[in-house]
Amino acid sequence: MNAGEMDTGRRRFLTATASVIGGIGAACAAFPFLASWAPSVKARALGAPVEVDISKIEPGQKLTVAWRGQPIFVVNRTKEELNSLSIVTPELRDPLSRESVQPSYADNIYRSIKPDILVLIGICTHLGCVPLYKPEIGSLEPGWEGGFFCPCHGSKYDMAGRVYKGVPAPLNLVVPPYKFIGDTQILIGDDSPASATQGGAA
Amino acid sequence: MQSLHALTRSLLGWVDDRFPLSKLWNEHLARYYAPKNFNFWYYFGSLALFVLASQIITGIWLAMSYTPTAEGAFDSIEYIMRDVPWGWLLRYLHSTGASFFFIVVYLHMFRGMLYGSYKKPRELVWLVGMFIFMCLMAEAFFGYLLPWGNMSFWGAQVITSLFSAIPYVGDALVEWIRGDYNITGVTLNRFFSLHVIAVPLVFIGLVLAHILALHEVGSNNPDGIEIKKHTDAKGVPLDGIPLHPYYTVKDLMGVVVFLIIFLAVVFFAPDMWGHFLEAPNFEPADPLKTPTHIAPVWYMTPYYAILRAIPNKLLGVLAMGASIGVFFFLPWLDRCPVKSIRYRGLSYKIALAVFVVSFITLGYLGSNPPTPELVLLARICALVYFLFFLLMPIYTSFESVKPVPERVTD
Repeated sequence: MNAGEMDTGRRRFLTATASVIGGIGAACAAFPFLASWAPSVKARALGAPVEVDISKIEPGQKLTVAWRGQPIFVVNRTKEELNSLSIVTPELRDPLSRESVQPSYADNIYRSIKPDILVLIGICTHLGCVPLYKPEIGSLEPGWEGGFFCPCHGSKYDMAGRVYKGVPAPLNLVVPPYKFIGDTQILIGDDSPASATQGGAA
Repeated sequence: MQSLHALTRSLLGWVDDRFPLSKLWNEHLARYYAPKNFNFWYYFGSLALFVLASQIITGIWLAMSYTPTAEGAFDSIEYIMRDVPWGWLLRYLHSTGASFFFIVVYLHMFRGMLYGSYKKPRELVWLVGMFIFMCLMAEAFFGYLLPWGNMSFWGAQVITSLFSAIPYVGDALVEWIRGDYNITGVTLNRFFSLHVIAVPLVFIGLVLAHILALHEVGSNNPDGIEIKKHTDAKGVPLDGIPLHPYYTVKDLMGVVVFLIIFLAVVFFAPDMWGHFLEAPNFEPADPLKTPTHIAPVWYMTPYYAILRAIPNKLLGVLAMGASIGVFFFLPWLDRCPVKSIRYRGLSYKIALAVFVVSFITLGYLGSNPPTPELVLLARICALVYFLFFLLMPIYTSFESVKPVPERVTD
């Protein structure tokens, strides 16, 4: 080849390989910028588990506590409310919580460790509003067996946070990880197995 | 006097040898020939530019007194309103400016639909414009969180939750966007950064691209004909007049009228009875208490109504995205060779009218609670909204159009 001639094939190859390597480099350089958006160490630390005293919750009452900035509902359910769970089953979208999110120890009809104590993340699975607690029978509409109602887009849940059919929310309310650390104390956000079974037998 | 003139001449010459100052001035102002028949609808492009400048200036000043933290944000807004000299004016200009930006841009887009300004050869002008519109919505959304009122918080909660509808990665994505397990000060701080730096940079770049693309192909006009087809010996369009001074002066007049209306709202009804500034936003954000009735600000309500109309989360989110995305395809959905509504057939006129009615109705529905009757109405309107676009290739193919004149008519 003469000195003045251009080897276009060689030039194309070099351009292509340089572009590929440069592209990989750019993608690697982009990673820290994207990863920087994940929750920081501080945010994670503030998301530490919270202890809740449940001794003061009367049957039928709801307590709301904050964990990771989210409202956590702790409800002390009455016998009647527990009975209502089987009555409303045919009207539910996911009665067995197959697609919904809950720890394995809450994967039962009550969606809880102890049947009467219900722990839920109080955030509607539709678009994140906080549902209202409507425990009284007939308080929302005739035939209402008690449960939760989201004022934003009208989603309805039963007394175990299971979603009704025909509302925009797709899934049951999420049960957060929690465990009993005594008869009247629960720890929300931590279910490390050392003591997770403690309350399970009750 | 003579020597001063000579001095500016030589100074300009010195600059022109080093920077295309006269060239830019001539290409985009003094020798940019715009059709001479622009009407009322052609004010809104320059008005949008004016509002953008106003938003940037008031925004810079607001950022000087605003605190982007969960602890300080709400109080710093009150500080701006009460203690900062003229702070109330800066804030109301900015918050009212947001709503007027949308009014102006919606009218600007409607002008495009009236006179076929999106059609060949202006497809890229339209596409870039649509990206500007997306930027405007992002800017409005990020900015809306900053006062850290309760509606700010829950609006951001609902909109970021939309991403949780994406299968498999949705929840992780939402956490990544928020930077925390919920909307917190972390989210507020990053939205502030996006609102004052990232989006405005992209916005200004797109506006420049919008104007460059327009000035490359030339402006459309109410007759929807190309004035470049008839030029004099020098190549100047016979139906064109220089943008400066003719339209700069006309647009200045438009700015004066706009300011009278705009400032009337700023001074006498800055909250527009809850439509520009919503009542729940006058109390601080409370992550444990959702306002009983959540509605976005008026300019987002049509899309929000479409979201609510569909009883499935993922499909609702997709429909909402599609309701904005479908506008991008307008240049290719419209098969009619005639641009202006003046010479188009009855079918397009009816379709456009029905679309406008459904859009406004959706806007009304999106700001009201979803009762069963209203949800049914929203479903009908959403259907009409999408049919306007999806049936467009059909009803514009068989349009009986009127003859289009060779030269502009007035």
